Amino acid sequence: MSLLEIEDLEVHFPIRRGVLLERTVGRVRAVDGVSLSVAAGTTYGLVGESGCGKTTLGRAVLRLVDVTAGQVRLGGVDLAGLPAEELRRSRRRVQMVFQDPLGSLDPRQNVESLLLEGLEVHGLGADRAARRAAVVDALEAVGLSASALPRYPHEFSGGQRQRIGIARALVLSPELIVCDEPVSALDVSIQAQVLNLLEELQRERGLAYLVIAHDLAVVRHVSDTVGVMYLGGLVEEAPGDGLYAEPLHPYTRSLISAVPVPDPAVEDGRRRILLQGDLPSPADPPPGCRFHTRCPWRQEELCATVRPELRQVAEGHKVACHHAERIAAGEIAPDTAERPRRAGP
Amino acid sequence: MTRSPLLDVDELSVAFTRRRRRDVQAVDRISFSLDEGRITGLVGESGCGKSVTSLALMGLLPARGVRVGGTARFRLGGGGEADLLALPPARMRDLRGSEIAMVFQDPLSSLNPVVPIGRQVAEVLTRHRGVKGAAARDQAAELLDRVGIPDPGRRLREYPHELSGGMRQRALIAMAVACRPRLLIADEPTTALDVTIQAQILELLSGLVAEEGTALLMITHDLGVVAGLCDEINVLYSGRTVEGAERHELFAAPTHPYTAGLLGSIPRLDAPRDEPLTPVRGTVDDAIAWDDGCAFAPRCDRFADDCLGGPPPMRERGAGHRFRCLHPTEPAPGEESEGR
Amino acid sequence: MTSRAERIDRLAELVAARREDGAGRGVWREAFTRMRRDPMAITGAAVVGVFLLVAVLGELIAPYSPTAQTWGTEVFPNRNVFVGPRAENWLGLDNLGRDQFSRMVIGARQTLLVGVVAAGLGFTAGALLGGVSGAAHTLGGRAGRRIDTVLMRLTDMMLALPTLLLAVSIAALLGQGLTTVMIAVGAAQIPIFARLLRGAMIAQGGRDYVLAARALGARRRRIALAHILPNSMGPVLVQLTLSLATAIIDAAALSYLGLGNPDPSVPEWGTMLADAQRFLGGAPQLAVFPALAIIVTALGFTLMGEAMRESLDPRLRK
Repeated sequence: MSLLEIEDLEVHFPIRRGVLLERTVGRVRAVDGVSLSVAAGTTYGLVGESGCGKTTLGRAVLRLVDVTAGQVRLGGVDLAGLPAEELRRSRRRVQMVFQDPLGSLDPRQNVESLLLEGLEVHGLGADRAARRAAVVDALEAVGLSASALPRYPHEFSGGQRQRIGIARALVLSPELIVCDEPVSALDVSIQAQVLNLLEELQRERGLAYLVIAHDLAVVRHVSDTVGVMYLGGLVEEAPGDGLYAEPLHPYTRSLISAVPVPDPAVEDGRRRILLQGDLPSPADPPPGCRFHTRCPWRQEELCATVRPELRQVAEGHKVACHHAERIAAGEIAPDTAERPRRAGP
Repeated sequence: MTRSPLLDVDELSVAFTRRRRRDVQAVDRISFSLDEGRITGLVGESGCGKSVTSLALMGLLPARGVRVGGTARFRLGGGGEADLLALPPARMRDLRGSEIAMVFQDPLSSLNPVVPIGRQVAEVLTRHRGVKGAAARDQAAELLDRVGIPDPGRRLREYPHELSGGMRQRALIAMAVACRPRLLIADEPTTALDVTIQAQILELLSGLVAEEGTALLMITHDLGVVAGLCDEINVLYSGRTVEGAERHELFAAPTHPYTAGLLGSIPRLDAPRDEPLTPVRGTVDDAIAWDDGCAFAPRCDRFADDCLGGPPPMRERGAGHRFRCLHPTEPAPGEESEGR
Repeated sequence: MTSRAERIDRLAELVAARREDGAGRGVWREAFTRMRRDPMAITGAAVVGVFLLVAVLGELIAPYSPTAQTWGTEVFPNRNVFVGPRAENWLGLDNLGRDQFSRMVIGARQTLLVGVVAAGLGFTAGALLGGVSGAAHTLGGRAGRRIDTVLMRLTDMMLALPTLLLAVSIAALLGQGLTTVMIAVGAAQIPIFARLLRGAMIAQGGRDYVLAARALGARRRRIALAHILPNSMGPVLVQLTLSLATAIIDAAALSYLGLGNPDPSVPEWGTMLADAQRFLGGAPQLAVFPALAIIVTALGFTLMGEAMRESLDPRLRK
């Protein structure tokens, strides 16, 4: 049994109108039927572009948003069915690291108060001294010293703030940390420091991570398993190396072909698979395969009518595409005729 | 006969003066040049001075509290030269949008939210080319089509919030290239965009440069972006150029420890997954003043005594590869490698 | 060759030389430091300081009694004979031969009382209303948003009621007097505070640190009281300062209209201004001095409020 098991998760946000009497006029299908699992001590990376629902999924794991349907099981217990007080207690086992290191720290709290809060709300630590020791321990684990305790968030650099955010999660000794874009707000050299820190903490403490990011290179670097999301659904799941070596879903292919690599030799030989058009609205997703409106490999049959299931095609490699095998074998040629034109005026 | 470059920036400096406090030297004697049909990159992390450089060249820095030094000689379309840093504001306004244009990072806040896209594009044409009415509207539609916005006739009437991020950036590029500027400055044009959209925009920009012969100054923090796009790359640190070279040369032989450190910090999609990252330690706040020595010294593994003897000189290692380091990671020609 | 340790020390020194830090200072202390350098804040604080001093010390400063008609024989309003400023009476005499300066000094206390009580009333009731509304909206789910809607429509109704009408109705109930003025002026401030605090709380409620507190497992009461509320108080406290200014002006206006304290033995700037209008032709100074005092005091509070707003503005922070 995995530490975290998500099954057929749906998170829909109602679109409400009206002043006193609210009516629901539609719903945004932010997460629409996702299943995945994270084993203890491992990292699951979730990658996708803005609007794909990855952030909502991360929040649903902590039940910071209401779950519409499906289950989020932590150690076998379904969080979605827990009463409020038990849910609150369960938060100790799953923690979260946010994208904006400054925005996720209360500007009025100094570091000591920020780190103590988790212990206080859960009534942990025998006395003040014990709690303080736990706080200093967490602070040192992220590479900061006790001298940071009386200082306020705005006095630190972005990387240090993110370390404080990680320390806040660590204080509670969680089993799983959901990292929502943990490095995207940081400078390049700082990103690597934080990624290395996360890996080091995992080795030392046996943490499991659910890393959510838009940067495929970052996600693949830290993750044992990578899941690719598009418009509320998981389209492919594979071990980090397998995904890059053999992407099966057309969306994954186009994503990989778009990620710049800091090496001119690679870039010169690159053939980008440019997608047509924009992301459809999650309030009104296309029927059939969500990706068929932009897919260069789109076929007449199935694509526009039947939503493909996520199915296993190789050991640990799942894909949600009707024609994955035929595309991989080169039997279907991509339709590149409709690439954005660049003809002169 | 060798022509002078389109834009020759020589020892550009920008300092922000503050009351009763030390000035902030945001840009410290940066030199580079731009040519038609070429893309030059300015790369660096926050606070390296890359955006201030672009604002200085566009004449968009506030007049008060800023001290600008150096020259930026620009070859004018009608012949002759002008120093962009010394032009009177009215002349600069004429130049902006017609001969020099800029694309910003955030397309939403760069567009006027209450004016339809078409009118905003047409306005540029009216201001600089005197094209009005239906003619301006037709040209605006052509421009939108040119930057890959589908159904331009309909899009003309839409407001910025009705467009997706990628479409907004295209509209902004359409406004920038409306008058066929000879110099285009793009400040982090794809940072706010998704990676598949980024690929589209980069393709569009490089296409414009190839077809129109525009000179493009690309400002970004992303070494991946410049690797495929730029002809020449300058790496900035704490307001100074620390390394500059043709792109293949720079990535093959990163010579300044900072450049090498940046490359070691980026997870590569094509590298084995277990390859460890070797980040630069510390933060950009750990810099020292260049007058005291190399600003990068506090974060540098190769740091030695002589690094604190004032700013290290710019050195050459052939083929226009410049670097500012006394203990480079790659040996300069005729020197032994310092095996450390 | 120096040792590595020495080199590192030297580096640390050079790095530190470029930094300007104030270790361990909170947002409010930072704001205070900035305000101390701001000429606007200093001017405002000076005016307010003088006003407070005069109001508190009152009798110690006033050279004469404010009610004694000591120079009653020198002033004849019906014959248009008045006494302007002179060495003995710095601001001259009023229509009954009382020392104008002493009356102004003693009147400051009444003005302060009206301002503080009215603004305090508006702040307390408004913050309570807005606080409940804001907390319900951000943390109460669907039912909370209903509560919020009802409370806000209530505030809108209050906002629609003119201050003057309110004052007249209250006067009809409680009779003319200072209490009436204070309640009327205070009531007019309630919706302002309520809307402001609610808006700030909803804005703060959407910030990531609130989400972080929820993720940490904090209870809703704690999130509202320890996180959202304190971070929303900045604009409300600024408004409190500005409200003191408007309350003083509003109170003067109501006194001027005759709704103020009918007791002539307790001078108040608004009443003095009202009394002076009969003699505007012969003795304009009788109206000018209280009017000036009201304007300068209100300006002092406004300057201080604006300076506070600026120093708390996150966009101006480094």
